[in-house]
Amino acid sequence: MLGKLSLSAIPLHDAIIMGAVYGSLVLAVIIIALLTWFRKWSFLWNEWLTSLDHKKIGIMYMILASIMLLRGFSDAMLMRSQQALAAGANPGFLQPPHFDQIFGSHGTIMIVFVLMPFLVGLMNIIIPQQIGARDVAFPLMNSISLGLTIAGAFLVMISLGVGQFTTAGWSGIAPLFEKQFNPSTGVDYWMWAIQISGVGSTLTAINFLVTIIKMRAPGLTFMRLPLFVWTALTTNVLIVLSFPVLTAALFLLTLDRYLGMHFYTNDLGGNMMLWNNLFWMWGHPEVYILILPAFGVFSEVVATFSRKKLFGYKSLVYATVAIMFLSFTVWLHHFFTMGNTPAVNVFFSITTMLIAIPTGVKVYDWLFTMYRGRITFSVPMYWTMGFLTIFVLGGMTGVLLSIPPADFVFHNSVFLIAHFHNMLIPGALFGYFAGIQYWFPKAYGFRLDEKWGKRAFWGWFIGFLLAFIPLYILGFMGMPRRLSHYYNLEWQPLLIVALAGAVMILFGILCLIIQFIVSIKNRKANVDVTGDPWNGRTLEWATSSPPAEYNFAIIPNVHTLDEFWDRKERGIAYQRPEKYHDIRMPKNRPHGVIICALALTFGFAMVWYIWWLAALSIAGIIGTVIISAVTNETEYVIPAHEVQRIEEERFRALAAAQDSGNI
Amino acid sequence: MQNSMESTYPAEWHEADRLEIQMLGFWIYLMSDLVIFAILFATFIVLGQNYAGGPGPKQLFDLPYLFGETMLLLTSSVAYGFGMVAMQQEKKNAVLAGLGAAFLLGAGFVAMEIHEFYGMIMAGHGPSHSGFLSSFFALVGTHGTHVSFGLLWMAVMMIQLLIKGPTVVVRSRLMRLSLFWHFLDIVWVGVFTVVYLWQVL
Amino acid sequence: MKKHNSYALLKTFSLFFSAFILAGCSEMVVFQPKGPVARDEALLIATAFGLMLIVVIPVLVMAIGFAIRYRASNEKAAYRPNWANSIKIELVVWLVPVVIVAVLSYLTWTGTFRLDPYKPIPAEAEPLRVEVVSLDWNWLFIYPDYNIATVNELVLPAHTPLDFRLTSATVMTSFYVPQLGSQMYAMAGMQTQLHLLADHTGTFDGQNREFSGNGYATMHFKAIVKTPEQFQVWVHNARQSPETLSMAAYKALSEPNSNHPVTVYSPVVAGLFDDIVGQFTGWMGADETMKSRMQPQEKMHN
Repeated sequence: MLGKLSLSAIPLHDAIIMGAVYGSLVLAVIIIALLTWFRKWSFLWNEWLTSLDHKKIGIMYMILASIMLLRGFSDAMLMRSQQALAAGANPGFLQPPHFDQIFGSHGTIMIVFVLMPFLVGLMNIIIPQQIGARDVAFPLMNSISLGLTIAGAFLVMISLGVGQFTTAGWSGIAPLFEKQFNPSTGVDYWMWAIQISGVGSTLTAINFLVTIIKMRAPGLTFMRLPLFVWTALTTNVLIVLSFPVLTAALFLLTLDRYLGMHFYTNDLGGNMMLWNNLFWMWGHPEVYILILPAFGVFSEVVATFSRKKLFGYKSLVYATVAIMFLSFTVWLHHFFTMGNTPAVNVFFSITTMLIAIPTGVKVYDWLFTMYRGRITFSVPMYWTMGFLTIFVLGGMTGVLLSIPPADFVFHNSVFLIAHFHNMLIPGALFGYFAGIQYWFPKAYGFRLDEKWGKRAFWGWFIGFLLAFIPLYILGFMGMPRRLSHYYNLEWQPLLIVALAGAVMILFGILCLIIQFIVSIKNRKANVDVTGDPWNGRTLEWATSSPPAEYNFAIIPNVHTLDEFWDRKERGIAYQRPEKYHDIRMPKNRPHGVIICALALTFGFAMVWYIWWLAALSIAGIIGTVIISAVTNETEYVIPAHEVQRIEEERFRALAAAQDSGNI
Repeated sequence: MQNSMESTYPAEWHEADRLEIQMLGFWIYLMSDLVIFAILFATFIVLGQNYAGGPGPKQLFDLPYLFGETMLLLTSSVAYGFGMVAMQQEKKNAVLAGLGAAFLLGAGFVAMEIHEFYGMIMAGHGPSHSGFLSSFFALVGTHGTHVSFGLLWMAVMMIQLLIKGPTVVVRSRLMRLSLFWHFLDIVWVGVFTVVYLWQVL
Repeated sequence: MKKHNSYALLKTFSLFFSAFILAGCSEMVVFQPKGPVARDEALLIATAFGLMLIVVIPVLVMAIGFAIRYRASNEKAAYRPNWANSIKIELVVWLVPVVIVAVLSYLTWTGTFRLDPYKPIPAEAEPLRVEVVSLDWNWLFIYPDYNIATVNELVLPAHTPLDFRLTSATVMTSFYVPQLGSQMYAMAGMQTQLHLLADHTGTFDGQNREFSGNGYATMHFKAIVKTPEQFQVWVHNARQSPETLSMAAYKALSEPNSNHPVTVYSPVVAGLFDDIVGQFTGWMGADETMKSRMQPQEKMHN
């Protein structure tokens, strides 16, 4: 009836896990109680969960990512603490099976449930505004994508208290993850979590590709697009072409684990090397997916805060597209040590080095944007400076690792860990933090506190260096990765420094939380009246903060790059249109929420072998999709006079701001 | 009269562009589906010789049977094509006939495939017996699953056609289903060539 | 941020850091090679590192320099808000990395072929064959020419080419002795090759570099390099060992266990390594290159 599920699935013996479970449950109960007490359930349902507004969907992605960041970071604190202690005879406080789950959940959460939702969230909020559109091409599918991502995240969270998570790493290890070596639910939770959310990501990519290709404002040619749109475009091409590889790779693993097939097994004709190839054929484009939008954010921020045109626009575009193409040609560098012939290794080594070229070009182009600019160091610029100074170190170590004989030395050491965190934290994460600080006023209508923002930056910046430079050194000292305890006492001092770094990052996270609390408290004082708090260059700054649901009352005609800046220069930025007209917007629809619940149920049922429930959930999803196609009434009209009323209110606010000298 | 900095997009532009938007989205989805098939093909090529001491294509595959299956699928596409022509000519009954024929022929294909799989499994050559068999069942089975979903979609479309008539929305959906159906044909040609012909001949 | 505060902070920070880096220097085994492979790799790493500083240092200088010079409060600096193109700069930023990558590619090409783990190392002495089997969670080393085997301790002669064949009895692992150079995956049903040489005596750490389950962290071992004469003495003593590696003993050894005490076996059941590889079928018909790199060599049969 309930498959493998029984009460023994709850890890009552593990104090740390049960502490986390109780804590989460208490938090959940508090939130539910608050929602009920303040009677906000229908508000939550109508204003947020069933909304097809891309801005709201984007914000929900950001909230998901922020929550998962806290969970992923606590995994990091646990690992750092364990490694600081577990030298020689001291076993630390985390037994291998537990520690082994933590490095898997840390990686899975940070990549799939923090960085992906951050970038998808920012794309959601900003892309339609930057291209002068009212929404994305497929608003309902957008909501469903969010639902699928949330379902995956829930599966990972549930695995903490019911069953366990994978002990075969975030990237899977063949044949370790086969039933023979890993019969428990751990690998299945991981597999379904990334499979389900992966489908969501693929749908998002289709959505945004069509949006960018088909829904740009008149006159907005490709070579007038903001860099953030270009990076989103290339990112979505990468997603659409690489995620299906992951889908297929995981599908084959599913067949192995559930139906006893032989794709990656040791025996009967399986080939574990097939997994390495398939996974990294997705995995490498994935890391470019994670970083390209961050590069887009940096492009926007650097130009805005240097009050200068972005240097080398064409170069930046070509470099971005080059990175997109090249990222499909490098995957083997993740397993140079698998016994490949030198010719094969050399090919992939050279392609990997080639990718460093356009990346370096971009860094220089950003630096030359600063050159002869007038730079204001607001919080987004802090994050950008942090990126510009330490990202190149990661790039350098990447080129080092791309040399096969060097990789024979460093592969699977903590040097590798330091390298990819060097790319993902100062590269991707700082970019998304910069994006949050930069676009928060647009989304919410008030600015974030500068003081706490800068403190958060220093916490992360210094913390990152303290946490990861020791790992580079430890790589030279021969320390492997994924060690729950180690014999070489020489490694311990540096691991203690690394723990200090993690604590510093914790300080940075606390500052971010405080920043949000303080900013919300002071929101009236920090209100963004004009919708353009940074004196921005691109079209999203032309709307109010927050924008009306329809973004633009009249879709603008675009004449040049940095259209909004150009209009401000010519004094024609805020012009009253002669005539307003009716605007049709998508109605709220519950299918995203329903599919989220059904997908979560399906994943959970598959993990625990509750076949009838899995079958019902799938049937439910198919049924929901069919039903969604039946309704004709999917839009509602905002009449012209209502649009006029909203816009007039905005013009009044603009005039008041002008009078009081705010513009 | 109009401020040249603005354009008015009357509500109607929405409809015409909507069809293009849906088609482009569907094409991109089909390309992502093609990537999945490409991986399954690649997997079959990598594992396709791993018989693990068991039977190989020569022992298992019956080419005339496969030819029959192929004909069913191809004629199903042809029938669907006639249905689409009838749609242009606004002959609703002919459209329904085309769809119905396509459905029956496609269902015949699926039935033959299930029969083939059943036979192999009962004879002890199921997908858990070797890498070759796993990759065969995965590739051919995934294609068959896609065809089955296409049949479900076709059935729903026939109902929609009957109830709503050939509205703009229904016609655009039929066009996308047409893309899907022909796409599956193309994949099948690949399957037939790489999996059956190449291995046996 | 006031200038004084940031400079002071920067200074203390750098001092703190350098102290740690220098402290760790003495233990950087990567830069303490005890064999030609490791030495070659260390040199390659240092060279590549140096070449890339050509790109990295300008970035750091410009980032900090431009930030200071072009900050908004510095009215003296030039401000050219629409200057956004320069063919000269573009040429430099595209071409300099291309040149560096070209140089690195050359080094990579020659280095990768030269350091192919499958390439035997030319030397005067006769090569020593060692068969490596990774278990859950111990290392088994078989010396087919001497009919001895050890667990969790690898004894080797200096100045002798070492000819490793590797496989796994269970899951994928990676055999690595940092001071001798190059790691290599060990995979079930296949055999991989690794060729090393030690030109110093001593005791060096060996490890498993691919996570393989519960006992992964315990899979470290000692690689003890002796002079060729001392090695022969060791072999002679090993052959007197009362422990034999029969099939039954091997099966007991390969039951999941960690921290198996160092044991020496003699004799070893004939063809054990090939049997371990052969227990997983599925390589019939694989393409020739893969086959030659992955399958048992004919001459390995004892």
